[in-house]
Amino acid sequence: MSAQDTIKETVTSNDVVLYMKGTKEMPQCGFSSRVAGVLNFMGVEFTDVNVLADADIRQGIKDYSDWPTIPQLYVKGEFVGGSDIITEMTLSGELDTLFEDKGVAYSKEAADKIREANG
Amino acid sequence: MAMEAQEIEGLIRAAFPDAKIIITDTAGDGNHWAAEVVDESFRGMNRVQQQRAVYASLKGKMDGPSGDLHALALTTKAPD
Repeated sequence: MSAQDTIKETVTSNDVVLYMKGTKEMPQCGFSSRVAGVLNFMGVEFTDVNVLADADIRQGIKDYSDWPTIPQLYVKGEFVGGSDIITEMTLSGELDTLFEDKGVAYSKEAADKIREANG
Repeated sequence: MAMEAQEIEGLIRAAFPDAKIIITDTAGDGNHWAAEVVDESFRGMNRVQQQRAVYASLKGKMDGPSGDLHALALTTKAPD
C-alpha cells in the first residue's frame, strides 16, 4: 500500500489521529508534545503516529495535507491544523465545538482548566 | 543553516507586501522563531488556509530535516 493509501486509511478509520514526532507517551519535539499534552489532558482518545519511525509517512503526511510541518491533527478524516492552530482553538473554545460537532468525547472541565491557566 | 529574522520577514513580505509582520526569536538562539502576520488577504480564509499561504511564501524553508527553519510558530489573522 502506498503512503497516501496508508494515511487515508488511518485518518478515516480512527476518529482522532495525531501525526507527531515521537509517541504520545514520549514526544520528541516541543510542538508535538504540546498538542499531545492538550489531547491527553482533555481525555481525548487518539491514535498517535510517530513520523520519525517511517520516512515515507513523514513525507507522505505533508503531501497529503499540503502542510509542511508536524504535528498534524486529524478529526474524522479532516485535517484540523498544526500546533499553533490547535493551541489557538483550545484557548478560544473552538476545539470544544469541533469535538462536539464531530461526536468526539472530551472533558469540558479539563478544557476550561487549560483556559483558566492560560487566560 | 539557521535563518535571520530579516530573511524570514523578507520572504513573507514578498508574498504579503502590505502585511503587518512581527518576527520574534522565541528562544534567543536564532533557530526558534515566531511570526505574526496580519493581512487583509486573510479575510474569509480559515486558519489552515491562512497558514498554508504563509508557508507557501517560505518556499520550502520549512521542509524536512534539511530545512533551514526548524521551528516557526505562526499566528495569522485579518486586520480587526
